Amino acid sequence: MNVEIDQSDARSVLRLNEERIDAHNAGELKNSLLNALEDGCRLLIVDLAAVHFIDSSGLGALLSGYKNANLRQARFVLTGLQARVRSMFELTRLHRVFEIAEHVGDVVVNP
Amino acid sequence: MHKNRFTLDLRVPGRTEYLSLVGSIAECVAQRLDHYRGDREALAFHLNVVVTEAVGNAIRHGLSEHQQSRVRLCIEVRGDELIIEVHDRGQGFDLCSLSEACPDDLDEGGRGLFLMRSLMDSVSYRRTRAGNVLEMRKRLR
Repeated sequence: MNVEIDQSDARSVLRLNEERIDAHNAGELKNSLLNALEDGCRLLIVDLAAVHFIDSSGLGALLSGYKNANLRQARFVLTGLQARVRSMFELTRLHRVFEIAEHVGDVVVNP
Repeated sequence: MHKNRFTLDLRVPGRTEYLSLVGSIAECVAQRLDHYRGDREALAFHLNVVVTEAVGNAIRHGLSEHQQSRVRLCIEVRGDELIIEVHDRGQGFDLCSLSEACPDDLDEGGRGLFLMRSLMDSVSYRRTRAGNVLEMRKRLR
């Protein structure tokens, strides 16, 4: 999985450079999220701007990241959801679970 | 290909790296349905989702260790009806035992079947001598 991580003291931004998240790469996504959180970040922003498609495995991997962040009292934010991807969150009602922002720059570090 | 009546009958290697290919094929089918009056882009995306979920499910649960692992995918258009079948030869599962509701917010699994049921008109699962068949139908209005 092509993932780019931009780390600073205040936050980590994990950019998914994949058009598609499905059962083929969801396991890798889950591990990437866990690794980022184990590095001790307090705010993990997952930028999905490049993602055109996500299935139930991908949603499950993001939920795993969300729950791991909660266990570590870290904040977990999704950004850059394209219309098709957003529709999957709405259909499964997960848009009510995740904190979602339009762009990475919209995420206030200490709200 | 006659656009109101055709069948695709594919044998797909039982590996997840092929999910994007079968998803793209499903999208192409939707794009060719000239008589469909609804939102064809939305239909294309939804077919990508349900085929990805169904084939992914067959790869995960439907393939036995000893067999040559292939999944058979049939996509049939009969006038205004679309029928998708995914065949596997594994142990299968009991569709009736699975909840129709969306899983609880924090459950990581169980959304695949919910998505198939939400995006198609009907989903059924049957066991035959040749294996298991997941069938999804949608009226093309």
